[in-house]
Amino acid sequence: MKKLLSLLLMAALPALAQVTVGEPWVRATVAAQKATGAFMTLTSPQPLKLVGASSPAAGAVEVHEMKMENDMMRMRQMQALDLPGGQAVKLAPGGYHLMLMGLKQQLKDGDTVPLTLEFEDAQRVRSKVVVDAPVKPLNSAR
Amino acid sequence: MQRRTFISSLAALPLVAGTAHAAGFTAIDITGANIGPDYQLSYVDGKLASLRDFKGKVVMLFFGFTQCPDVCPTALARAAETKRLLGADGDKLAVVFVTVDPERDTAPLLSEYMRAFDPKFVAVRGTLEQTAKAAKDFKIFYRKVPSGSSYTMDHTALTYVFDASGKIRLAMKHAQTAQECAADLRLLMAPKKETGFLKGLFQ
Repeated sequence: MKKLLSLLLMAALPALAQVTVGEPWVRATVAAQKATGAFMTLTSPQPLKLVGASSPAAGAVEVHEMKMENDMMRMRQMQALDLPGGQAVKLAPGGYHLMLMGLKQQLKDGDTVPLTLEFEDAQRVRSKVVVDAPVKPLNSAR
Repeated sequence: MQRRTFISSLAALPLVAGTAHAAGFTAIDITGANIGPDYQLSYVDGKLASLRDFKGKVVMLFFGFTQCPDVCPTALARAAETKRLLGADGDKLAVVFVTVDPERDTAPLLSEYMRAFDPKFVAVRGTLEQTAKAAKDFKIFYRKVPSGSSYTMDHTALTYVFDASGKIRLAMKHAQTAQECAADLRLLMAPKKETGFLKGLFQ
């Protein structure tokens, strides 16, 4: 049954217009640092939700929102990030980011981190997009 | 008539100068606030740390943690850019990072992390109790927030600025740009210009 379902999903996939992932990047880490952020711009032709992400470089990847409230920085995991159709949604410092946790090794400037992003449409059909995000220096601002 | 104009313009001067000075900082002027005045923490080499170690320098002090993907590296990158913008005066600036996550922010991790921004930037850490005391004394709020199998930290994202005599002067918000930070620090490093101007006027 599961096999059949995934076959059906795979058959449905080409019909879905792909999400465009613009300028993905991951912040470099120093040795012993177990977490970092990934940033990018997501544009979907039709309304979608980013519902999850994973990477072979990390034990877990979560969608997070950073909020500044009374000069207090708060970070929260989001169950889903809405992508309105045709509208670019930025994951950038000061807003949303993917949190890579349980890093398996140090990420150095110039490395590439594969990220798998999982989306869900209004019919709850899921699709995946894989991107290779370059690692930028730890002190990158954008 | 001429005399009256002279007097009123003279009376207006200190007011104008005062306003100009208050408006001169982009940061919040918190001179006289009950912040600190010092912490009981250690440098990454284990030596006792004190804000007095930076006497003669303007200090930017910031609380954060290295597993932070967004605000902390951004604030440290801003401090590095601010120092660069100060040019030769960059040597009169000390940048101190206090970890609110001493459990994960070990001394070797902190020292390598700071080096990624500026080899002169200093990190300080303490036990959980010392960290809690420092945060309380510096009016910094922080707390652990579970996230999946790990945790993240909520924390106050203000950068404090102490002047060369060690007195608390400014609180810089996270949104303040490096250019605005550098301009504020220049005002703190060379505040004599305005008073000199007024002195000359009343002599």
